[in-house]
Amino acid sequence: MLDLRLYMMQRLSAMFMAPFVLVHIAVMVYAIQGGLSTEEILGRTQGSVFWFLFYATFVIAVSVHSAIGLRVIAHEMLKLNGLTLSVLTWGICLVLLFTGGRAVTAVTLL
Amino acid sequence: MTLLEDTKYLEVEIWRGDAAGGEFQSFQVPAYESQTILDVVSWVQQNTDPGLTYRYACRVGMCGSCAMMVNGTPRWTCRTHVKKVADGDRLRVAPLRNLPIIKDLATDMDPFFDKWVAAEGKHHPSKSREDQIEQIDPENSARVEANSGIECINCSVCYAACDTVAGNPDYLGPAALQRAWTLYNDARDAKKQVILDAVSGTGGCHNCHSQGSCTVHCPNELNPMKAIAGLKRETAISFLRKAR
Repeated sequence: MLDLRLYMMQRLSAMFMAPFVLVHIAVMVYAIQGGLSTEEILGRTQGSVFWFLFYATFVIAVSVHSAIGLRVIAHEMLKLNGLTLSVLTWGICLVLLFTGGRAVTAVTLL
Repeated sequence: MTLLEDTKYLEVEIWRGDAAGGEFQSFQVPAYESQTILDVVSWVQQNTDPGLTYRYACRVGMCGSCAMMVNGTPRWTCRTHVKKVADGDRLRVAPLRNLPIIKDLATDMDPFFDKWVAAEGKHHPSKSREDQIEQIDPENSARVEANSGIECINCSVCYAACDTVAGNPDYLGPAALQRAWTLYNDARDAKKQVILDAVSGTGGCHNCHSQGSCTVHCPNELNPMKAIAGLKRETAISFLRKAR
């Protein structure tokens, strides 16, 4: 159920995600050290092109990676095939892109 | 059958039926020293039920015909000793997993061999009969890699052991992919990209979860999981080269 193209998309998205996860966790740990409030955090992220690009890329990588991973599980465990499987894959990808995109814009746009 | 008092018996359950369904049937089989699972099945067929259907040929681990599920594990029955796998004195013998059943212990091997062909597990000649025979350096790293897979006897034990095949019937399976990897590393094979393309489809090597059941159960101690990892690596390199 995974051809080479999907396999490469999943592996390459994982390569992107690994440093993103580490930076995300490191920044969270750093940010709460001094008791930073929500307003202070948003003051630093809103309007920041860097954090917008960082989390936007993160959300795209997560959406692609998760959709392909769940596609394999749905095929092997639920025996989904063909159009149903494609709709599920794209559906998961689009839902994650939408919800992740909302979060990114809320945190980084002014 | 009359049981003899001074004879020790094995409690053997053998699956009987066909593609439409079936059930296990119990037999009591005299226990002997150095007895193999194939000996047990043959004893039942020769002494108790001539209608029992199973497949074997060489009896010495060469032909790959006699693989069956023994107490839930795929094994080459001609080289599997009862004393190593029996649960006390109990044995449960069933047809190979992941293959259609023809009758009793005989499975239809067509899907298994069809996938060898689908994975381009066939020789693609690089020379004609007029050419000189290619000199092969046995120390060459690609040749060493190819040699590591050539002892496969097509028994389908790895195919029966594979949970990915169970979940995804289109998956080519460990044996076919290992054959493809062997030919990919063979200097005499002319169509390496054809092999990579054949193992890159929806049922290709990228479906392998690297669980390693194939390698654990291979009776010849081959390593199909490593071969599949090699195919994943080479197809990924090929993909990135094409993208450039």
